[in-house]
Amino acid sequence: MKELALMKGNEAIAEAAIRAGVDGYFGYPITPQSEVMEYLTLQKPEERTGMVILQAESEIASINMLYGAAGTGKKVMTSSSSPGISLMQEGISYIAGAELPCLVVNVVRGGPGLGTIQPSQADYFQATKGGGHGDYHLIVLAPASVQEMADFVDLAFNLAFKYRNPAMILSDGLIGQMMEKVELPPQKERVTTFDQSWVTTGKTDDRERNIITSLNLDPDRQYEHNLKLQEKYKNMEQDVMFERIACDDADFLLVAYGSSARICQKVVEVARGRGKRIGLLRPQTLFPFPTREIAKLSRRVKAIMSVELSAGQMVEDVRLAVKGKVPVYHYGMMGGKIHSPDDVLHAVEEKFMGGF
Amino acid sequence: MDIKEIIKPENLVYKRTPLMTDATLSYCPGCGHGTIHRLIMEVVEEMGIQQEIIGIAPVGCAVLAYEFMDVDFTEAAHGRAPAVATGIKRLWPGKFVFTYQGDGDLAAIGTGETIHACNRGENITIFFVNNGIYGMTGGQMAPTTLEGMRSSTTPYGRNSTAMGPPYKITEMIAQLPGTYYVTRQSVHKPGPVRKAKKAIRIALEAQKENKGLSFIEFVSNCNSGWKMTPVDSNIWMEENMFPFYPMGDIKVEGKLVKN
Repeated sequence: MKELALMKGNEAIAEAAIRAGVDGYFGYPITPQSEVMEYLTLQKPEERTGMVILQAESEIASINMLYGAAGTGKKVMTSSSSPGISLMQEGISYIAGAELPCLVVNVVRGGPGLGTIQPSQADYFQATKGGGHGDYHLIVLAPASVQEMADFVDLAFNLAFKYRNPAMILSDGLIGQMMEKVELPPQKERVTTFDQSWVTTGKTDDRERNIITSLNLDPDRQYEHNLKLQEKYKNMEQDVMFERIACDDADFLLVAYGSSARICQKVVEVARGRGKRIGLLRPQTLFPFPTREIAKLSRRVKAIMSVELSAGQMVEDVRLAVKGKVPVYHYGMMGGKIHSPDDVLHAVEEKFMGGF
Repeated sequence: MDIKEIIKPENLVYKRTPLMTDATLSYCPGCGHGTIHRLIMEVVEEMGIQQEIIGIAPVGCAVLAYEFMDVDFTEAAHGRAPAVATGIKRLWPGKFVFTYQGDGDLAAIGTGETIHACNRGENITIFFVNNGIYGMTGGQMAPTTLEGMRSSTTPYGRNSTAMGPPYKITEMIAQLPGTYYVTRQSVHKPGPVRKAKKAIRIALEAQKENKGLSFIEFVSNCNSGWKMTPVDSNIWMEENMFPFYPMGDIKVEGKLVKN
């Protein structure tokens, strides 16, 4: 029987983490994602599954606790919001360099700096282009509903372990705070079924010592390591995920993820009611990015608009996919203000005018 | 007994622990790091816990510690070793976890992680090597650099008014209820080496019993950074470092020791 609940997105992530059999959570409070750790501690997961929860003294500490624990092959995660994620970038770079699987949840708020506690999608560059120092990428998942907040936890761990790479759920204050009906996943056993040959849990007689490090003083070795990482990022393309909404006969295409995609769904509905054939491509993975799908669609639509709660970040990747074949526009509010379907419709009519 | 007799295996009274790898130490000749590495590995061997122990290497001279100690290792970002150790220990409470850190790593950039791991009473062991200087980056001022002491960033000597005075983080963390055993040792002579080894044993035994955090500071030399011969650096250390960083136990079995 389906187990349904009405929950906030942040709570859904926490509940899904327990049910996914996550071994450890290390975090530090920050609005608008504090419910994740609050919910976890209230649920006594140490009794439910044996999951460890620890409130660290800073985001710097929590990401490094994650680094240590991830190196032992356990399923571990943290969550934070934009300023806290910025603090974690050093650790995330080490985790990517050392090729450790783990999950980082970013419930994005407006910036730069302390910014605002209201929703934003202005951390797209940071999430998809690396974020810290060095050539690396995270696997980035973009949930657009409370349901996907729950579903993407297990998915993120599967991808993280598949590629031995940190994964990020890139949400925002809107998806994190809003309540929706969610079908909860079944409780998984808290056991690790992934390859454990590389973990640091004590050197047994049957193997050499394992070392978790991102240090290669020899440039030839570091070069080889970088080539291997790049190969891995390229392979991730096979796991690209997206949703096509009314794209088949579309003359004009919107590209939006997360909360903006929810708003754009309404835009498509209203526009179609007015006889305007608009479609929506919703990336569910931002890295890997649905470049091929956008390129394919760009051959048949007249124009494309990337709708984001930012000054225009994902639009750059859309343009790279389209390669100038059709005009690519950006529309989006910043700083915690959220565009309404009417705002987007107005922008669509303005930009796509003459095409209708 | 002549030399041929002495070197017979049955007559050997001491040999290198197999837990030290064959890799050539990257430390400067005369430096104390190699001795401290060896002592830790000797205790790990004697306790038979090689399969149960995970080390955390720092950023600093000991960044490559995992090349020399034949146990599982994680190399941490600068100063973050106590947080990395916490993450491992919380998920593997039955394992032994230790960090190996220098003064810049532990007492400057990693102060927050050090104090909070100690305060939570993480059941880990922290080995803290204090040589009063940033060795690896070329001898810059550390938080532990003595008043008036020259370094590459205090070429005219450390001026406490402008740069702040050196501080004793070991005495600070001893005040925290989470620390169980806090001691200050050195490895510059045979006597201190034996004492230091005993301290390492106490620390790891305490971890076995889940007593809380044990913390050993080794006041050590940096002949390269101090620009002295190894012998001179040891004499200088005794005359200048030891009065400010006095040897001995600071906290035993969770209770502060009155000196």
